[in-house]
Amino acid sequence: MPLIKNGSVIVDRYVHVLDDAPLPEGVPVIVPAARFLADVAEILQCETPVGVIWPNNRRVAELAPYLDRLALVALVFPSFKDGRAYSQARLLRERYDYHGELRATGQILRDQFLFLVRAGFDVLDVAKPGDIDAFASVLKRYTVFYQTAGEGHTAATRLRLAGKAPLSRVGEIA
Amino acid sequence: MYVYDDFDWAFLEQRVSEFRDQVRRRLSGELTEDEFKLLRLLNGVYLQLHAYMLRIGIPYGTLSSAQMRALAHVARHYDRGYGHFTTRQNIQFHWIKLEQLPDAMAYLGKARLHGIQTSGNSIRNVTTDQWAGVAPDEIEDPRVWAEVVRQHTTLHPEFSFLPRKFKIAITAAQHDRAAIKIHDIGLRLHRNGAGETGFEVLVGGGLGRTPFIAKSIRPFLSKRDILSYVEAILRVYNQFARRDNLYKSRIKILVHDLGAEAFAREVEAEWQYIKDGPLALDPAVIAEIAARFRYPDYARLDDDPPELASLRKADRRFDKWVTNAVANHKVPGYTIVTLSLKPEGGPPGDATSDQMDAIADLADRYSFGEIRVGHEQNLVLPHVAQRDLAGLWRALDAIGVATPNLGLVSDIIACPGLDYCSLANARSIPIAQELTRRFRDLNLAHDLGRLHINISGCINACGHHHVGHIGILGVEKNGEEFYQITLGGRADERAELGKLLGPAVPYAKVADVVEEVVAAYLELRERPNETFVETIKRLGVEPFKERVYATH
Repeated sequence: MPLIKNGSVIVDRYVHVLDDAPLPEGVPVIVPAARFLADVAEILQCETPVGVIWPNNRRVAELAPYLDRLALVALVFPSFKDGRAYSQARLLRERYDYHGELRATGQILRDQFLFLVRAGFDVLDVAKPGDIDAFASVLKRYTVFYQTAGEGHTAATRLRLAGKAPLSRVGEIA
Repeated sequence: MYVYDDFDWAFLEQRVSEFRDQVRRRLSGELTEDEFKLLRLLNGVYLQLHAYMLRIGIPYGTLSSAQMRALAHVARHYDRGYGHFTTRQNIQFHWIKLEQLPDAMAYLGKARLHGIQTSGNSIRNVTTDQWAGVAPDEIEDPRVWAEVVRQHTTLHPEFSFLPRKFKIAITAAQHDRAAIKIHDIGLRLHRNGAGETGFEVLVGGGLGRTPFIAKSIRPFLSKRDILSYVEAILRVYNQFARRDNLYKSRIKILVHDLGAEAFAREVEAEWQYIKDGPLALDPAVIAEIAARFRYPDYARLDDDPPELASLRKADRRFDKWVTNAVANHKVPGYTIVTLSLKPEGGPPGDATSDQMDAIADLADRYSFGEIRVGHEQNLVLPHVAQRDLAGLWRALDAIGVATPNLGLVSDIIACPGLDYCSLANARSIPIAQELTRRFRDLNLAHDLGRLHINISGCINACGHHHVGHIGILGVEKNGEEFYQITLGGRADERAELGKLLGPAVPYAKVADVVEEVVAAYLELRERPNETFVETIKRLGVEPFKERVYATH
C-alpha cells in the first residue's frame, strides 16, 4: 500500500523479511518483532538500515535498548478502532526519545491522519487509495488544539494566556 | 456560566465541516457503514431502531438560556418537537435525518453546543454536580476541573480510540450528586490534613453487565497533577485493557483482573515519568480556566423573606412544591430550584421545544439566564431569589414542570428502551409511565419519602438500575419482555449495588410487584423516617421477596 511521508507518496525501500527467511544483504530490511528479538545481534550487524514491526500488545519498553540502532519502527493498527499504537507511538517519541521513522500500518483512515501525526508517526501506510490525495487537507483541517501531546502544538489555555485567542465580548456569547 | 471564546468557536466550525465531509463520503459510498460508524459515534450520532439519534453533550450540565433555545430550535426543526435529557447531563434527539445532521450540528455549534465524544469508545462528557457553584456543601466549584479535563480530553490524539467508552465524574461536595462511584474515573475534591485541596481518585466503577463500585487508588492528589494522573490512567487503560470482548473492555474489568493495588502501581509507575512534564498545571492555567466561569451579580438579600412564609401558608400546593423542589443556596436570599421532567404519565427526562423555550425565558427572568441538567434527568434553575419563588412556581406549574415529586417514587430514571434503542431487550418508558400513574397520589409519595426507581431496557444499564433503590432491568425470555427487580442500590457517596429480589416477572406484572414492594416497606419500616434503602439495609431483600412471590 502507498506510503505517505510529509504529504508525499514515497517508495517503500525496505524489504520485508518473514520469520524464517534469510536476511537479504545490501538492502534495508524490516523484520517482525519475534524474529528481531531472537536474532537481535545478527540483525543489528546489518550495514543497511533495519526496521522492526512491533505488535500493539507488547510493551515498547522491550525495544528501548535497540532504538538508537533502528531506522524504522512500524506499529500496527489491526482495526481502525484499535488505538493501542497511539500510546506506543507517544512512548517511543516522548519517553524513549526515538527519532527514526515511525510508520503507521494496518487499518487507518484519513480521518485519523491528524491523530496519527500528532501522536508522533511520520510515515503512514495508507489503507484506502482515495485517502492519499486528502492528506494535505485533512492535516490542515484543525488550526486549534485543546491539548499538548508532546508534538509541539500549544494547548488552548496556553494560547489564551499568551493573548492569542482573545475572549469574545460577553454579549455575543450564546 | 462558562464563557467560550473564538478559539472554541473556530474549533467547533472545523469539527462541523469535517463531519459534513464524512456524511458526504458516506452518502457517496466512499465510506463503508462500518467506517462511518466509527466517525459518527465520535460526533454523538447513533443509528437506532427507527432513525439516527444525535446526542449533544452539556458540559458539567450547565446551559445558558440561549443554548436552551438552540436545543428547542433543533428539536422543533429537525426532530419531532422534543428532546430527551439523559443520565449523563446530555440531551438526545431521536428522529434526525442523516442528511440534516450537519445543519443541525452547525446550528448547535453557533450556540457552542456539540456532540463530540458523546458516544463511541472515547472520553465522554465530564459530568459533575448539577448544583456546582451554588451548593452550600461544596468546597469549591468542581466545574473548573471538569472543564480542565474536558479541554485536555477533547480530540486527544492518543485516547480517541480507546477499548471502550470512558466516563469521568467529579464532585466537590460532601453529598455526592454526581454518582462518581459508578464512573470509570471518579474524582472527589476534598481537603487533606494540611488544609490543601486536592482529589481522591477512584477508578473502575461502572454498571452494565458486570457492575462494580469504583475503588480508591489514591487518597490525595494535588491539583497540579490532575491532568498527568488522568493521562497515566488512560495510558495504562489504552494499552492493557482487553479489546477482544466488548463486555470485558471497560476499565472496571482491567482493575478487577489486575486488582486495584496492582492497577494503581501501573498508574503510579507511568505517572512518575510524566508528572513533571507539560501536563503539570501551573496556577496561571488553572486561574485562566477558573476566570472563565462567571457568577451572577447577586442582589443583597436576606433569607426567608416574610412574604414567602405567608404565601406558603396560603397555598398548600405551593408550600408542598417549595418543600420538595427548592434547595438551599450558597448566597443568602437565593435558592436552587429543580424542575421535574417526570410528570404523571410522561416519559422521564423528555422536554418539548415549547417547554425548553419557556424554561429559557424563565431562566432569563429568574435565574440570571442559567439552567442546569442533572443526572436524575431533571432541570435546575440555580440562582432563584426566594422572593421570586411564587411567581416562578406559577409559571413552572403552567408548563407542567412543577410536579413536587423530586427524589420520590415517581421521579423515575429510565433509558429510552425498546421504543427507540436498538440494543434494548425490553421497553423502559411505558413501565415508567405506568408507575407514575400508579403512584400519582403525592401524599403517598411523600409518605414513602426518598425512593429512587431506575429502569434499564437492557443489560447495558443506561437507566442505572443497579443503583436504583428499586432497580428494574428488562431482559428477553423466549421473545417476551421480562424484568428483573433489584432492591437497595444507591449511587451516592455510600454507593451500593442492588440485590436481586427473585425471578424475573413479565411486563404486565412489573407495576404490581413494585406496588407490593412499596406496601411491604410501609409495613416493615421501623419508623416513618426510616428510608426505603435503610429498611432494605436492615432487613435484606428476604421479607420483600416472601411477600412479592407469595402473591404472584
